[in-house]
Amino acid sequence: MDPATSGVKELFKALDVDIHVVELDLLEEGNGMQDVLHEMTGQKTVPNVFVNKAHVGGCDKTLQAHEDGLLKKLLEGGEMYDYDLIVIGGGSGGLAASKEAANLGRKVLVFDYVVPTPMGTSWGLGGTCVNVGCIPKKLMHQAALLGQGLSDSRKFGWEFDEKVHHNWAKMKDAIQNYIGSLNWGYRVALRDKKVTYSNSYAEFVEPHKIKASNKRGKVTFHTGQKFIIATGERPRYLKIPGDKEYCITSDDLFSLSYCPKKTLVVGASYVALECAGFLCSLGLDVTVMVRSILLRGFDQEMAGKVGAYMESHGVKFLKKYVPIKVEQLEAGTPGRLKVTAKSTISTEVIDGEYNTVLIAVGRDACTKNIGLEKVGVRLNEKNGKILVDNEERSNIPYIFGIGDVIDGKPELTPVAIQAGKLLARRLYSSSSVKCDYVNVCTTVFTPLEYGCCGLSEENAIALYGEEHIEVYHSMFWPLEWTVPGRDKNGCYGKVICAKLDHYRVVGFHVLGPNAGEITQGFGAAMKCGMTKDQLNSVIGIHPTNAEVFTTMEITKRSGIDISKKGGC
Amino acid sequence: MRVDAAAQSGRKVAVLDFVEPSPQGTRWGLGGTCVNVGCIPKKLMHHTALLGGAIKDAKNYGWDIPLPVHHDWSTMAQAVQSHVKSLNWGHLVQLQDRKVKYMNLKGVFLDKHTVQGESKQGEKTILTAENIVIATGGRPKYPLDIPGAKLGISSDDIFWLQDSPGKTLVIGASYVALECAGFLTGVGLDTSIMVRSIPLRGFDQQMAHLVTDHMASYGTRIFWKCIPIKIEKLDSGKLQVIWKNLESNVEERESFDTVMWAIGRAPETGDLCLDKAGVQINPETGKIIVGANEETSVSHIYAIGDLAEGRPELTPTAIKAGKLLAHRLFGNSTELMNYDNVATTVFTPLEYGCVGLSEEEAVQQYGEDNIEVYHAYYKPLEFTIAERDATQCYIKMVCLREGDQRILGLHFIGPNAGEVIQGFALGIKCNATYTQLSSTIGIHPTCAEDVNKLNITKRSGLDPTVTAC
Repeated sequence: MDPATSGVKELFKALDVDIHVVELDLLEEGNGMQDVLHEMTGQKTVPNVFVNKAHVGGCDKTLQAHEDGLLKKLLEGGEMYDYDLIVIGGGSGGLAASKEAANLGRKVLVFDYVVPTPMGTSWGLGGTCVNVGCIPKKLMHQAALLGQGLSDSRKFGWEFDEKVHHNWAKMKDAIQNYIGSLNWGYRVALRDKKVTYSNSYAEFVEPHKIKASNKRGKVTFHTGQKFIIATGERPRYLKIPGDKEYCITSDDLFSLSYCPKKTLVVGASYVALECAGFLCSLGLDVTVMVRSILLRGFDQEMAGKVGAYMESHGVKFLKKYVPIKVEQLEAGTPGRLKVTAKSTISTEVIDGEYNTVLIAVGRDACTKNIGLEKVGVRLNEKNGKILVDNEERSNIPYIFGIGDVIDGKPELTPVAIQAGKLLARRLYSSSSVKCDYVNVCTTVFTPLEYGCCGLSEENAIALYGEEHIEVYHSMFWPLEWTVPGRDKNGCYGKVICAKLDHYRVVGFHVLGPNAGEITQGFGAAMKCGMTKDQLNSVIGIHPTNAEVFTTMEITKRSGIDISKKGGC
Repeated sequence: MRVDAAAQSGRKVAVLDFVEPSPQGTRWGLGGTCVNVGCIPKKLMHHTALLGGAIKDAKNYGWDIPLPVHHDWSTMAQAVQSHVKSLNWGHLVQLQDRKVKYMNLKGVFLDKHTVQGESKQGEKTILTAENIVIATGGRPKYPLDIPGAKLGISSDDIFWLQDSPGKTLVIGASYVALECAGFLTGVGLDTSIMVRSIPLRGFDQQMAHLVTDHMASYGTRIFWKCIPIKIEKLDSGKLQVIWKNLESNVEERESFDTVMWAIGRAPETGDLCLDKAGVQINPETGKIIVGANEETSVSHIYAIGDLAEGRPELTPTAIKAGKLLAHRLFGNSTELMNYDNVATTVFTPLEYGCVGLSEEEAVQQYGEDNIEVYHAYYKPLEFTIAERDATQCYIKMVCLREGDQRILGLHFIGPNAGEVIQGFALGIKCNATYTQLSSTIGIHPTCAEDVNKLNITKRSGLDPTVTAC
């Protein structure tokens, strides 16, 4: 008998516990049993210890469980899991929940594994926001704004050579280096908080049990008392010939080693418009192909203005077309692609040549192939998202969902973080605070930024009725744009008030520079129930763009001209 | 001020505006300080300086900009001045549209209902009015006891210079001083500030010092605890400034191309013959004493803006006060101006926005044990790639300690502070609490979201540095 097996036997003898021993090497069907055990537990070796039907592991794990007191718990009939909490997905939400749970003294394991894109792009810990979302997007947006700043600056007296051009690789490297430091920062943070991190693909194999496969194909099994699914979403493809072979998505763009040059962006989601916006401002020839409307779900008047500004700054729009195939004319970095598209309103078929085709037609929840069907987690059949209650609990009481993967909630990093943090607090401390998904502010970082909070005008009309809302609006011209003399009346703000509720502000919309910075505080004020009277009584900060909201007097209903005449 | 609001109510209105030239001979058009020698040209020159920073940043973001880069003052000055002139014109047109009689005359009181206007040429016009509003504002102060003081310019001149001021000494540490020194440094000029005692008197002092710390690292020289003694014009045309260091008690000297006074502003009440109308002023400040309805000691004479005693000296406050006054006088309104919690922003190279109480005021009013201060040092995302130092990017929220912790004051140093603070000022108006603010979800990635994320109290002694998202 090997020393490990005798060690375990001695331990149980010392504990005065009756054990049932199956000596595999003495049985005729021993080999077959060993294979089944391997299948069940991921463990090939003996001893393979089970206590009250729960798998403990080999000698080391059993001794460890004894030391931790878990063995005792198990022997007394309790259930033993490897972890108090297993989180699948190391993005904004998953990491926030893991760290908070660990802070509250729980044993936490977080899985994060990036399935490479069809182009082979993958990235590090931190999820979409850090790697292929908010962070690189905002930084490329900033690069684009600086380009505008460079041309404005000449009007303010700055003199430098006319020959200014943008170096994609230099920008990409700087941004990727920064992202690398963030990836590292997350790993350090997990280690500091004693959260176990595994860079493996996780899937449920049975209740409370995960099978994890790493890049080299090594498989391990882990059990947890509770689970949080935070696997997020990935870009959707078009399902047309050539899409996965030749097109890229936002998952590829931010780390693209070469300048994409002449680009077709397919889609009119905020991702599409943001990417088209910065690519154009960096000096590229950019076309956006739109099937129906811009920024679905957002206020359509604002969406139209976002598009109009982009168009006036050189972005081309092909409206009411959908691509039907993409062919490669020439390989390269970038190569040349031919895109064939058809009209959505006629039988017209058009084609065009581009260096890069970026698909941004939406995102799909990562709920497939993670074994949710094995544990019976219910999904919305239409969009594949996890159905949760207002405490982020799925139909399976020990499984929760947060972030982009759950149904009917805003797909935003700070929402996922807040939800994850609050969920961990409810699970592991006496907190009962739920995530408040109402009036979440957001900003679209198109060349002219669009920030909003609360209802779109369409939704306000639907909810209150046209006669019961009052819309106040104003155009404005940022002082900083006067000297370069550009885009007069390009910026716009509006507030939507519920007349029967003391003119409470139910929608806030701003299109202008720094819209995100402006919107945040107004969002906080809406949380405090701000009314139009309060808005009127606050005194502006001069000269800012935000102050336009403190002096808004013209209602949309009045039809009075709102173009900016100048003056303070 | 908003004479147009009165005219809109169908009243017969005349407005007298007359700019007494600065000691350097600078004069300007209709619209007052803000448009001509204040907010507007200041923010545009501040923006010029920010664009200088953007050019540096741009290289890190992949923009290849051939060297050298330099700044031409005249181009900027002309651009700024032509914008200001277009605003002057706009104001004139607006008055005309609303049938307000505009007179480019200097007004003085003859009695309670009579004002005499005098033109540049000395022609006199007598006007009588049922109601009179005084809104003459303030002008920069010059010291009386320093030889050569008049060799210096003030903020009344700086924005109208056709040529670069060159190496400049700004005397004073008011927000005007810091803002001007900031943009002068930003456009590449050798710039110094001379500070007698403290920076940004009246503002939260921790924040004020972060602002000056940043300016020092930005390249502005700061002479702390120094007072000027004398200014002399050298044969070279340069100005030699002799000053005393109050700490070492040593006299020092250095020559500059330009010296700018920014030691405060005095209300323009001296030449109005207020005594003839019986309007009382505070003899210490020279400001007009007013009631909550902006009424002076004479019932039909009102005062609004910078020259009214105890009012914040800010353009939007004056505008709103003027508008509300006109509504009360002619529009059946009873609404009074609320001067509480007026937000403001100092447009130094790193902007400082605030609303409500400073930490000192909160301690004084409520006691240290009864307030909770949340704070954070954060790093704007855009600073990372640009390799900018974010040492002074700091947010502080002063709250009551009990219950839901009502917010008493919010202070923010960082890019776009004015844009960030405006909405929160409204939140504070709506009695926002710390609990409400921290349950508001942030907009990512912005600087403003760090306000919502504040969670470290000063009392805890924990490190308030924000780590990545």
